[in-house]
Amino acid sequence: MKKFSISFYRVLKSGGINFLRNLSLALPAIAVMAVTLFISLFLFIANTTLNNTINQISNKINVSIYLSDNITPKQLSNFENKLRQLSNVKSVQYVSKDEALAIYKAENSNNQSLLTAIDETNNPLPASLAVAPVDINKIQDIKNFINQKEFVKLQDSQLGTSYSGDRKQAIDRIAVATKVLREAGLVGIGIFAFVSALIIFNTLRMAIMNRKDEITIMRLLGARTWFIRGPFIVESVIYGIISALISVVGIKLIFVISANSLQASSLGLLDIGYSSSYFNNHFWVLLCLQLLLGILLGSIFAYIATRRFLKLKTSK
Amino acid sequence: MILLDRVSKIYNRKSTAIERINLHIEPKEFVIVVGQSGAGKTTLLRLLTREEKPTSGKIIVGGIDYDKLKDRDVPLLRRKIGVVFQDFKLLPNRTVFENVAFALEIVGTSTKEINNTVPKVLDIVNLNGKENNMPDELSGGERQRVAIARAIVRQPKILIADEPTGNLDPKYAWDVIKVLEKINRFGTTVLLTTHNQDIVNKLRRRVIVIEGGKIVSDKNNASYRL
Repeated sequence: MKKFSISFYRVLKSGGINFLRNLSLALPAIAVMAVTLFISLFLFIANTTLNNTINQISNKINVSIYLSDNITPKQLSNFENKLRQLSNVKSVQYVSKDEALAIYKAENSNNQSLLTAIDETNNPLPASLAVAPVDINKIQDIKNFINQKEFVKLQDSQLGTSYSGDRKQAIDRIAVATKVLREAGLVGIGIFAFVSALIIFNTLRMAIMNRKDEITIMRLLGARTWFIRGPFIVESVIYGIISALISVVGIKLIFVISANSLQASSLGLLDIGYSSSYFNNHFWVLLCLQLLLGILLGSIFAYIATRRFLKLKTSK
Repeated sequence: MILLDRVSKIYNRKSTAIERINLHIEPKEFVIVVGQSGAGKTTLLRLLTREEKPTSGKIIVGGIDYDKLKDRDVPLLRRKIGVVFQDFKLLPNRTVFENVAFALEIVGTSTKEINNTVPKVLDIVNLNGKENNMPDELSGGERQRVAIARAIVRQPKILIADEPTGNLDPKYAWDVIKVLEKINRFGTTVLLTTHNQDIVNKLRRRVIVIEGGKIVSDKNNASYRL
C-alpha cells in the first residue's frame, strides 16, 4: 500500500513536471481544447436562450373557443372542467362578453368611429374560453375534443368556434418553427461535439506521439503500464483544466464587452440579456461542468492515445 | 545464469535472424558477442529482454523460463536485467539524476533511498557534479555512462550492453568499457556485443562469434578479427 501511494504521488508529480517541461507541445493542445470548450459553452448557452425564447412564444399561444350566447352557467362549468381534465391543457380562462368588449375597446382606443359604432350595438362579441396548451405541437387533441357534438352546440356558430383562420396558421407555423429550431440546435451541437472530440483526440495523440520514444524506454526499463500512462493522463487533465478555465473566462469577457459596447439587447432569437443573466446565475455550475468536461476529455483521450504505444511487441 | 536451448527466430521464409542457437553463460561471466551487422547479435539480445519471442527453442534467464512468462509479467523480468543501448535511450526531459532515479521509481523505492543510492552509482560511472544536467548537455560518453548507471542502479544480476561503444570516440569507448569491467568485478554477469576489434582483443574474455544467425565460435580468452 505504501509502495502504491509512493508510486501514485510520483505519477502526479512527473505529470506536473512533464507539463512544465513540454510547454511547447502543451500550448497547441490547450489552444485547441480551449477553443472547443469555449464554443461548446457558447452553444449551450445559446441553446438555452433559444429554448427560453421559444417557451416565451409558446406561452403566449392559446386556443380561443368562442361561446354561444345561449350557454348556461352549468354547461359552461361542465365544459371548462372537462377541458381542464385533458392532459395537453395547461390552463383554461373564461373571458365574459363584457370583458371581451373591454379588451376590444382597449385595443381600438384610437379608432373613435369604431368605438362609437360598437357602442350603438348590443355587444356583438361572444364570451370565450382561452385554453393554453402544454405542447403546441399536440394542439390537434384539443381541437378533436371541442369538435365533439355535445360541445359544438355550445360554441358560437358564426365564429366557427375554437381556433380557426389566420390564427390556426400562425399557431401551426410557430409550432413547426419551434420544433425545427430545437431539433436543429440538438443536431448542430451533436455534430460539433463529434468533430471537436476528433480534433482534441488527434491533437493529444500528436503530442503523445512526439514522445513515443519515452514510452518505449520506460517499457524497456520495466515500468508498469499505469506508471507510464499515468503522467500522460495527468498532463492531459492539466490541459483540460486550463482550457476549461480559459473557456469560462472567455465567455465572461464576451458578456462584459457586449454589455458595455453593444446597445442591442438581442440578436434575432438570441436574447443577450437572458444569456448573460443565465451565465451569471449558473456561473459555478457551468464552471464545474466545464472543468469536468475538460478533465474527462483529457483523461479518456490520453488513455486511448497512449494505448497504441504501450502495446508489448512480443510477436513470435 | 543465461541458457538458450536450440533457439531460432524466423521473421519470414527469406529472413532467419537466429538459427538453433545453444548458449550457456555462468554467473559473473563477462561475455563478448561479436559479428558483422545483421549477423543476429541484436536479435539475440532482444530475445533476452523479451522484446521478441523466439519462433522455437527455450530461454531461461536468472531462473525465469520465458515459456511460462506472461506478457503482464514482462516488466518484472526487465527489472531484473540491466540493459544499455547503443543509442543510450535516455529520457530527454529528465536530468541525469532523474534518469537514473527513474529505474528505482519504477520499483517503488523510497525517495530517501533513491537520494542515497543514485549519487553513489553516479560516482561509480564518474559522473559526479552532472546530476542536474539534461542529457543534451552531455557528451556521448557521458550519456552512455548515465545509461550504465541507470542499468546498474537496481543491482541486476545480469547486464546486457548492446554495442554501447558504437556511437563513441575511442577515448570515451574505453571509459565505458572500464565501467563495465568494474561492474563485472562487483559480481554482475555482463553480456556485451561490439564491433570494436580493439576492445575485444585487449579485454581477453570469452568471445562468441555469430555469423548468419549461428554461433561459429565460442572461446575463452579469445581475440577477434573482423
